[in-house]
Amino acid sequence: MIESIGIKYIWLVPLAPLLAFILITFLFKRFQLLSALTAIFSMVVSFILTFDILRVILTGHEITMNTPVEIAVPWLNINGLYIEMGALIDPLTAGMLFVVTFISLLIMIYSVGYMHGDPGFSRFFSYLALFVFSMLGLVIANNYFQMFVFWELVGLSSYLLIGFYFYKDSAAQANKKAFITNRVADFGFMIGVIILFLYFGTFNFLELAEGISASTDLAFLTLAGILVFIGPIGKSGQFPLHVWLPDAMEGPTPVSALIHAATMVAAGVFLLARGFVLFASASATITFIAYLGGFTAFFAATIAITQRDFKRILAFSTLSQLGYMVMAIGLGSLTAGMFHLTTHAFFKALMFLCAGSVIHALHKQDIFEMGGVFKKMKITGTTMVIGGLAIAGIPPFAGFWSKDEILLVAKTNGFTFLYVLASITAFLTAFYMFRLIFLAFFGEKRSDYHAHESPLTMTIPLMILAVFSIFGGLIGAPFLEHGFAYYVYFGEPHHPHPDYLIMGSSTLIAAAGIFLAWLVYIKKAISAEKIANQFAPLYKFLYNKWYIDEIYQWFFNKVVLSISALLNWCDRNIVDGIAHGIAWLIRTTGAKGRYIHTGSLQTYGLVIFAAVVVIVLFLAGPVVGGVQ
Amino acid sequence: MSFPILSSILLAPVLGVLIILFIPQKEDKVIKIVAALATGLTVILSLIAYAYYDQSIGGLQFVEHIPWIDELGVAYGLGVDGISLPLVLLTAIVIFTGVFASWGLEKRVKEFFIFLLALVAGVFGVFLTTDLFFFYLFFEIAVIPMYILIGVWGSTNKEYSAMKLTIYLLVGSAFALIVIIAVYLYTGLGTFDIQTLTQQTYDIGFQKFAFLLLMVGFGFLVPMWPLHTWSPDGHVAAPTAVSMLHAGVLMKLGGYGLIRAGIFIFPEGAKFWAPVIAILCIVNVVYGAMVAMAQKDLKFVIGYSSVSHMGYVLLGVASLNTLSISGAVAQMFAHGIMTALFFALVGNVYNKAHTRMIADFGGLAHQMPRIAAGFVIAGLASLGLPGLVNFVAEFAIFVGSFRVYPVLTILAISGIVITAVYVLRVVQNVFFGPRNPKWDGLEDVRGIELVPIVILCGVLLFLGFFPSLLMELINNGVDPFVQQYLTTPKVGGMF
Repeated sequence: MIESIGIKYIWLVPLAPLLAFILITFLFKRFQLLSALTAIFSMVVSFILTFDILRVILTGHEITMNTPVEIAVPWLNINGLYIEMGALIDPLTAGMLFVVTFISLLIMIYSVGYMHGDPGFSRFFSYLALFVFSMLGLVIANNYFQMFVFWELVGLSSYLLIGFYFYKDSAAQANKKAFITNRVADFGFMIGVIILFLYFGTFNFLELAEGISASTDLAFLTLAGILVFIGPIGKSGQFPLHVWLPDAMEGPTPVSALIHAATMVAAGVFLLARGFVLFASASATITFIAYLGGFTAFFAATIAITQRDFKRILAFSTLSQLGYMVMAIGLGSLTAGMFHLTTHAFFKALMFLCAGSVIHALHKQDIFEMGGVFKKMKITGTTMVIGGLAIAGIPPFAGFWSKDEILLVAKTNGFTFLYVLASITAFLTAFYMFRLIFLAFFGEKRSDYHAHESPLTMTIPLMILAVFSIFGGLIGAPFLEHGFAYYVYFGEPHHPHPDYLIMGSSTLIAAAGIFLAWLVYIKKAISAEKIANQFAPLYKFLYNKWYIDEIYQWFFNKVVLSISALLNWCDRNIVDGIAHGIAWLIRTTGAKGRYIHTGSLQTYGLVIFAAVVVIVLFLAGPVVGGVQ
Repeated sequence: MSFPILSSILLAPVLGVLIILFIPQKEDKVIKIVAALATGLTVILSLIAYAYYDQSIGGLQFVEHIPWIDELGVAYGLGVDGISLPLVLLTAIVIFTGVFASWGLEKRVKEFFIFLLALVAGVFGVFLTTDLFFFYLFFEIAVIPMYILIGVWGSTNKEYSAMKLTIYLLVGSAFALIVIIAVYLYTGLGTFDIQTLTQQTYDIGFQKFAFLLLMVGFGFLVPMWPLHTWSPDGHVAAPTAVSMLHAGVLMKLGGYGLIRAGIFIFPEGAKFWAPVIAILCIVNVVYGAMVAMAQKDLKFVIGYSSVSHMGYVLLGVASLNTLSISGAVAQMFAHGIMTALFFALVGNVYNKAHTRMIADFGGLAHQMPRIAAGFVIAGLASLGLPGLVNFVAEFAIFVGSFRVYPVLTILAISGIVITAVYVLRVVQNVFFGPRNPKWDGLEDVRGIELVPIVILCGVLLFLGFFPSLLMELINNGVDPFVQQYLTTPKVGGMF
């Protein structure tokens, strides 16, 4: 047994925040600071334990992707339905645990400043703790059932946090939309998990991996893989179930950063990595995943270039980046997908926290009403630019390394179309991100606002995340001997070789995107409005998000609600009508015989009863009669 | 003979009735306290029975047997196994919390509690008895107080609903009575003892005939589509505690009867008719949920959601394997607690706001945060969220039934999506949104009103996290029967 406090007490990793949730909800609710400290303390505990696990993996080289440590206790065992709650510890788990605990900790600290003075301050921290518990339970899961349970619980936390400002109609609308969209996805996921269980007789990841590797039933594996993948389509906002994520921005900004950018939405990608053997077992599944991811990346980026709301642009950017990760896994590289997930968590959390800092100061979200914010908010502005450079893919910032690895995989595995699509998306990414940065932070002030830099509890997390956004990508740089790919892989580690052609071209593409944004929004050499007018139908199409929401809304209002109303009418008039008809028939017959004239209940009952007895005895005569 | 714990459970409410008879009408506080004590006693006794039930032995335990009408072979027999014990516990919890949910009642308090306790004694009897004759008798004992309780203390179209409910239930039980008499005559053993009757063999024609009648008869109770229209009307009209007991427990008599008297006595008949139940139950699940979406009255939403959720019970029953039937029993328990919670919450709101129309509300979480929290928990249980016991029950049903009816099970699982839609719409429209000054006068639940909400939420969560406490007991009750009667054909002729 490997000596490690982190592994020994791995239960505490999720249970510490659960305990914090319980304490805050039932005891500390009235004491705001105590609530926040409880939540933060629980995160420190989880983080230290995680750090220890990470230390063991990085220094010991004993726990690898192929030699994980598994701990489990039975949870339910009835008649062949054997369910465990457990922990599967390998570098994939450890990396994800690190991302979740580290970013949660920073965001909780940030939230002390951001949520200051909010009447729901304690409630906010209790929900955050509930979320972290659910997310960590999901990450350590050693079986699909546990994964599904916590998958649903992160959905619940997301529901509660999106609806945190429940008094806003838009928030109440958004959290419902998020939950229901995810439910549609979980419908597929659940069926997938059930058929996997019925086929292989287990939920356990390791046992399933053995079974799947040995299985040759391609039709089944394809079906199961696609069904399970529907879960990530919802949770990780892949087309066409992405519609909930932009609306989820109704939640407080730290929530957008933690849940709807860095961690929960990445759970879908994590599931793809965890269950990789299933998806990789059928080429139809894995190809579908790759193309859907690639399309989502492109699709969301096209929308992002037209939006006006600071957070919504970031939300579409998140969708697009999640598309990259899903595509990477579909291209067969668990490593590239998880690497991008990690770097994205740093720079996207950073950018959302910057957004929060700006919104906190300006009380505005429309970037066209900002301008020149950089002068007033130097720290926020600087860190935001760092985040922008990271996501655009300028070396040596974090996003450059991970995005390049995805491009490299696309190229080496021969997916030329996806390689081109991803490169176009990279150009769009650099453009929309710097459109946002130039419009919000630079140029002249476009509306009347009073800005000031945020307090230290908010800016310190920004600075820490900025450091990670600059250097975080180096863990996976191809020059590093024992980098990210050495630990997180499927099958055998594939050490990426630096491809200077891709590096050079992607850097040029990113620079071109930034340059174009500069030309349009700073230099004003090109008029954005003119272009928008010239291509008005296209602009409207993109601005309205390809009208997907409208289609769904139409489907729900016109189809679902109509069916519902129709069935309700049938129930009241046809089903109940027949019952009334029978009652009427009996009553009329009875009235003729002047028996039931009284209208007394007993008589009604008696008549019906007698009628039933007669009919039945008539039918059953032969059988019962035979006994005599 | 050891302490007659089951008779004590049965008699505790009767004792309550007797004491209340001697308390003057105007002492309504005392009457309520007596009712709470009597039902609290049933909770404690049921928990003791749960704790002392020996799963390593299984089968009927705490058996009491007193011959009554020897000429007919009718005997007063009580006993519980893994199937009935959870339902006894359910009844005790629901009635205990129901008493607290009626704490604010002012109209004819004495009569109300007398009838309520009489009703619950009948319900306990149905689950406790080991004799078909008493099974029928106790059921009738439960129905009559129900009629009066709805007719007198109800609201919204109460006379019509009470009449409708009673007639439907009586007609349903009439079907069951025919089978009871037929099976008595058929075997010629001169006994109504369920265990004895279960061990007999019946020829296939008789099994088909008997199961069909039970399917229709208990189908009225469950209720199975299209025999369900009494139930939303009845739910809506009934006073809070009666709605809780009715949707929480009384509907379960149908599922219980179908399993106990239907499947296990007539397994071949069950196999023959199961596909019909399977198809109708999908109508229950999907149609019930779709109709629930169209409702404007909160109680109607819950009423139709019960129709939808009881469809899962029927799916478990129709699939005829241990896992699915265990899931069905667990679902009866889980749904009972969940729907009782719903009715307790809605009853509380209705008492204060005097309306249940969804459109009248909005932003109620401002004035009633605890009610809102309770409603969200009940709603999440309803849509099958993990962490609440309903999820485990539904999951067991789905896994069990998927092997048998894959397509129908997928349709049933789609119910979790539709449920999410209507539940969350209600939550949004009633509790979220801007503060509505119209409701500023409403007081949130506090003090004694909190008792039912805390207990019911607690049960949902506790068993959601530790489902083996419930599921293993149920499985222990179901499995021997399935092994014995459903895996090998049980057919035999008398001739």
